[in-house]
Amino acid sequence: MATAKSAKFDIKSYKGFKAITLLCLFVLYAPLLVVTIYSFNASASLTVWEGVSLRWYADVFTGPESEKFKLAARNSFVIAIVAATVSTTIATLAATGMVRGGKFKLRTVSFGLISLPLMVPEIVSAVAILIFFNSIGFDRGIMTILLAHIAFCIPFAYLPISARMQGIEDSYEQAAMDLYATKKQAFTKILIPLMMPGIISGFLLAFIVSLDDFIITNFVKGAGVETLPTAIFGAVKQGIKPNIMAISTMLLGVSVVMVTISYFVSKSDNTK
Amino acid sequence: MAAGAASGGSATTDTYKEARTWLLLPAWVTLTILTLAPVGMMLIYSFLTKEFRGGVIWEFSLAAYDQFFFDRGLFGDDPAKIEWTYILIFWRSIWQAGAATILSLVIGFPTAYFIATRPESQRPIWVFLITIPYWVNLLIRTVSMKFLLRDNGPFNDFLLSIGLIDSPITIVNTNFAVQLGLFYSYLPFMVLPIYAAVERYNFSLSEAAADLYATKWVALRRILLPAVKPGVIAGCILVFVPSMGSFLAPDLLGGAKNFMIGSLIEEQFKGNAGNWPFGAAASMILLTMVLILLMAYARQQAKAENAEG
Amino acid sequence: MSNKEQIAIDVRGAVKRYGDFTALKKISLSIMDNEFFTLLGPSGCGKTTLLRMIAGFEDVTEGAIFLYGDEIENLPPYERPVNTVFQNYALFPHMTILDNVAFGLEMRGASKADARTRAGEMLELVQLSQFSARKPSQLSGGQQQRVALARALAPKPKVLLLDEPLSALDLKLRKAMQLELKHLQRETGITFIFVTHDQEEALTMSDRIAVMSAGEMQQLGSPTDIYERPRNMFVADFIGETNLLEVSVDNIAEGRAVCHLGGGHELTCNEVEGIGVGSKVHLSIRPERLFMSDEPAEGESLKGRVKENIFVGTDITTIVDLADGPDFIVRTSNSDRGNKRIFEPGTEMYVNMELGAARLLVD
Repeated sequence: MATAKSAKFDIKSYKGFKAITLLCLFVLYAPLLVVTIYSFNASASLTVWEGVSLRWYADVFTGPESEKFKLAARNSFVIAIVAATVSTTIATLAATGMVRGGKFKLRTVSFGLISLPLMVPEIVSAVAILIFFNSIGFDRGIMTILLAHIAFCIPFAYLPISARMQGIEDSYEQAAMDLYATKKQAFTKILIPLMMPGIISGFLLAFIVSLDDFIITNFVKGAGVETLPTAIFGAVKQGIKPNIMAISTMLLGVSVVMVTISYFVSKSDNTK
Repeated sequence: MAAGAASGGSATTDTYKEARTWLLLPAWVTLTILTLAPVGMMLIYSFLTKEFRGGVIWEFSLAAYDQFFFDRGLFGDDPAKIEWTYILIFWRSIWQAGAATILSLVIGFPTAYFIATRPESQRPIWVFLITIPYWVNLLIRTVSMKFLLRDNGPFNDFLLSIGLIDSPITIVNTNFAVQLGLFYSYLPFMVLPIYAAVERYNFSLSEAAADLYATKWVALRRILLPAVKPGVIAGCILVFVPSMGSFLAPDLLGGAKNFMIGSLIEEQFKGNAGNWPFGAAASMILLTMVLILLMAYARQQAKAENAEG
Repeated sequence: MSNKEQIAIDVRGAVKRYGDFTALKKISLSIMDNEFFTLLGPSGCGKTTLLRMIAGFEDVTEGAIFLYGDEIENLPPYERPVNTVFQNYALFPHMTILDNVAFGLEMRGASKADARTRAGEMLELVQLSQFSARKPSQLSGGQQQRVALARALAPKPKVLLLDEPLSALDLKLRKAMQLELKHLQRETGITFIFVTHDQEEALTMSDRIAVMSAGEMQQLGSPTDIYERPRNMFVADFIGETNLLEVSVDNIAEGRAVCHLGGGHELTCNEVEGIGVGSKVHLSIRPERLFMSDEPAEGESLKGRVKENIFVGTDITTIVDLADGPDFIVRTSNSDRGNKRIFEPGTEMYVNMELGAARLLVD
């Protein structure tokens, strides 16, 4: 009896591509998983596994370095919340101008300006803004970090918001104005609610970008002011310690939760 | 860098045409002051004289660029020779970024292809899985990578325990570790544009090729690859550009021997040892290279779009 | 009840240009109070542009628009007492049906409670009261359509604008909605301006129709006018099916024009102003105005041969080949088969029509 030797011919499938994809995911996730697992290690040594414990999480909150990390965490979250709020507001207005502003000469230039922070290598942005603050005599501190973050977060907030707005037909605003709403009312009562998924998603991305930023922050932070990433970097330079892995795991958790929320929010289509 | 940053977005309407200036003003002002003006100021600083404790003296000088390209001996009075130190650092950066780009392409293309040929309802989940790590703090990712790959880290432990190796292999502080770190940092930028291109590809073209006696691999190389080339180029640029200016991967994974531009620049602004004009000049050179690349890319994308009609 | 003579919308010399492109070329028309008025034409003819100019979504490049005597072309949409039913309905997806209908009333300053009461009444009128708490996405296309109608009618507009509102519905539902719209217009006494590319829809519902093409108005008249007395080639061709023949006018006398069809065939029809002896023009004959016989009948008769019969359900279409002349399409209704004859293909016969069935067209 003849047996069918080869599988059904499928023009789309190539042998090995699936394996590479799984390898790719493995490479992406393995370091994060390893750090997460080792953050629960009871041992003070990095190399020996001595069982599960929350010892290093306790150490982060009560240990000798806890004050430093608490302060850094407070700085990080305050800066991230303010920077994300301001940049999301600016980005929402800008997206309205760009997507609902008709054709205008400065459109390409404006888009270039908005995406500039994405195009310039981060280290160059960091140098530039450090030099700028220095040249106008602005002392480095929380304020300089905040200003730098606002600028850097604008494109991250802008992209999901403008993508969302492009997906909303203008007949909704027109219907509102046809029903006697002024332009302002059409904006606040119709457009903003419809854009909410994009705005939330933009806010969350801006928040993560600010929370995670190391390079620019490191340049403009000034002596004595730390955010979580700069504090972690400083600690890592002395060698990786278990408490760093605990902090990293928490920060990692915050990012994953935020991105997941952002993903589901932006997927929810409230125009349907 | 996000895919699609080169295009201005599609449909626009004009409901808020009159308010346009006011709506865009906050963005214009913020970005002009905090992004454009700083780059301008950096250009100016690169032509100033260095102050020995960091900062600058407001006197015009070409010293920064001169130091970058020419060697005039210890006392500055020898005949000018070409200074290779910094050019080599730039070259190493380009080389490392290039290697990371190729690594990303080799892994990223099949991945993007595989995702794009999943049933439509599953694709967003796969894309999501690929992008999550990107949103995790780059510093944490790099530190994790270092922890995993250390001589006595979990990776070596694992290889030792299954008896594949007798003594730990050194990965950290090698060029390869840096490439791996860069690959890890920017892989989504390779996958996403290729994914988008393959998803748009009309597979009946490959079927036609197979019908005309092309094997699957020939169809891939001769038919699919040319069709998705713009996506591949986009992916390569989007990985290459940030890799070249990266700081964390070479700093944490590369060690002192594998110095790249990012570290060279960073060093100029640390403590009192730095040389601000020189750092500004190196940044300007890096920025110029990046902008030339991006402009070439934008032109190529525009050409591809025109060709599509 | 209302004054039929009053002009609801008066468009005077309206021009719309986008850069070099002229979308509307100096349109003037008056739409009467309480009228069901239709703008009919193929896509890109400017009908929607004209409607959106009346609604206030497009600037008027030149000319003026009056609403019951008030000049409105410079007012923003929210200051014009006209409401629109949008092609895709544009129901606010984040609001309930009731809030959608109440929106316009609230914007006009009604209290939330009053607006909702009135919105509830409107929903009763379109028989959707039970859905008032739902979101638009939970309704079927036909139901959404009625909500859009209720929302636009709730603020009691002076004129209701409808932008191809039935185009998204399936055929059966569309037919039902056509009747419902017509009734609603009669009941409310509000002037309706209806935009469509569907000639059948226009003929069914309208009091008057303006046929548009390429930014110009081709003909303005009642459905009968437009169907029976098309003014030019475009209208004759666009509305219904017709035999369009190229003819030359040989002789004009006593209001009759004798036309030459080629192949020695001649036809007499009514004279049309602007067409003189010797002109080469087109002639339109509706296929259902033709009938066939063995012998020449009274009126106009042309000799020919049956080429083909095509059964199309309600009627039979016969293609007739005139000797050395053009082909004719003859339509015989199935209900008429007792009185009218159908010939087998190849049969020689006569195609007949009443005087006046053929109509000369200004090009």
